[in-house]
Amino acid sequence: MFKGFIDKSRAKSPWIMHFDCGSCNGCDIETLACLTPLYDVERFGIINVGNPKHADVLLVTGCVNHRNKSVLRNIYEQMPSPKAVIAIGACGLTGGIFRDCYNVVGGVDKVIPVDVYVPGCPARPEAIIDGVVEALNLFQQKQAG
Amino acid sequence: MQGLIFAIIAVVFAPVAGGLLAGLDRRVTAWMQSRQGPPIMQAIYDAAKLFGKEKLVVNRWQILCAWVYLIAAAMSVGLFFAQADLLIIFFVQAAGAVFLVMGALSARSPYSQIGAQRELIQILTYEPMLILVFVSMYLVVGSFNVSDILAYESPLIAKLPLMFIVLGYALTIKLRKSPFDFSTSHHGHQELVKGVLTEYSGPFLALIEVAHWYETVLILGVTALFWATSWYWMLLLLVCVYFAELLIDNTMARMTWRWMLRYVWGIGLALSFINFIWLYAR
Ligand code: SF4
Repeated sequence: MFKGFIDKSRAKSPWIMHFDCGSCNGCDIETLACLTPLYDVERFGIINVGNPKHADVLLVTGCVNHRNKSVLRNIYEQMPSPKAVIAIGACGLTGGIFRDCYNVVGGVDKVIPVDVYVPGCPARPEAIIDGVVEALNLFQQKQAG
Repeated sequence: MQGLIFAIIAVVFAPVAGGLLAGLDRRVTAWMQSRQGPPIMQAIYDAAKLFGKEKLVVNRWQILCAWVYLIAAAMSVGLFFAQADLLIIFFVQAAGAVFLVMGALSARSPYSQIGAQRELIQILTYEPMLILVFVSMYLVVGSFNVSDILAYESPLIAKLPLMFIVLGYALTIKLRKSPFDFSTSHHGHQELVKGVLTEYSGPFLALIEVAHWYETVLILGVTALFWATSWYWMLLLLVCVYFAELLIDNTMARMTWRWMLRYVWGIGLALSFINFIWLYAR
C-alpha cells in the first residue's frame, strides 16, 4: 500500500531543474513563464528547485557545445533516480539554428538520454507543461533504483 | 501512563497535522499571490516521493544527522504532549537542531556550508527567545511543567502579552518565513539554492521535512499554552497566529543575518524586560 502511495506521489510532485545549455534565452524565458501566476505550474506540484540533488525532471534548453557537455553530464549524474530529461526547443532537439557552428555538438540526446522532446522556436509554455506531464506518465513506468 | 499514551498519539499524528498545515500554507500563499496553488496534500506527496528516491549521500554523517534531527524533533513533541518539563523539551529540540547543522557542515559544498552557518546564527537568535518565554511562564505559574501551565486558571496571554510577541519572532524564524528565511526557504534562493538542505537528498531530505513538521507542531503547541483555558480561544489564537505568519511571509523581503541578530535580540530583550518588570509591579 505504501509503495502504491509513493508511486502515485511521484507523478504528483515532479521537482524540476532547469539547465540553460547555451540557448539564445528565448526558450529559457518561456520555461520561466510557466512558473508565473498565469500558468502556475505549482498547481501540479511542480517546483523549480535549481539543485540537481533534489530534482526529478531535468529541463534542458539550447544546443550542447564542447564546453558545456561535461557540465550537462555532471548535472544529470547528480540527480537521484528515478529521473527524466526533457529537451526543449529546436536547439535542444537537434542543435537548431546553431547546428552547423564549429563548436556545437548537437542536440541534448548526443550527451544524455532524453525522454521527452518539446519542439518549437521558442517552445510555448503550454507545450513545456505538456512535456512535463508526458514525462510524468513515463515515471509511472520507471522503477526506483 | 496517560502521559505516555498522549505522547504516542502525538508522535503518530503530528507529522500528518504538520504536513497538512504545510500544504494549507502553500495554498493560502498561492491565494495571496493570485495563483491557484497545489493541493492540500502536496507536502505529503512531496515527502512520499522523496522516500521512494535513490539513496545518494555525500558521506555517512548525513544519514546519522538526518535521523538524529528527526528523532529529537519527534521526542520533543512526544514530551510536550506527555506534559513534561519545558526545559527538557527545549534541550532535546536544540540538540536536534544542531545535528541538522552538523550534517550540512559535513559536506564540502559552499552552498551547504554557508547555509549551515546561517542556520547556526538563526538557532543562536531564536533559542534565547524561547528560553525567555519559558522563564516568563515559570514566573507566572511557578513551574516549568506543561501540566501545571495547562492547569493555570487564567489565560497567560493576559499577563504575558509582550512575551507572546517574542514567541512570534521565534516562530517566524523556526518556520523559515521571510524576513528570516536566509538559511533555506521553501523555494530555492537566488544565491544559496536550498542552503542548509542543499546536500541532503532523497529519503534523507524527506526525514528532515518530517522533522520540520514536528517542530512546527511543537512551536504551535507552545503558542497554544498562551490561551490554554478554553479550546475555542486556543484554536482561534492558533489560526490568527498562523495567518499573521503567512501575511508577514508574503509582504516582507529577506533581510541579512546581521539585521536579524540586532533586531530580534534588541526588540526581544526589550520586550521581555518590560514584561518582567510589569509582572513584578503588579
Ligand atoms: S529553439 Fe529558438 S528560442 Fe529556443 S534557444 Fe533555440 S533559437 Fe532560442
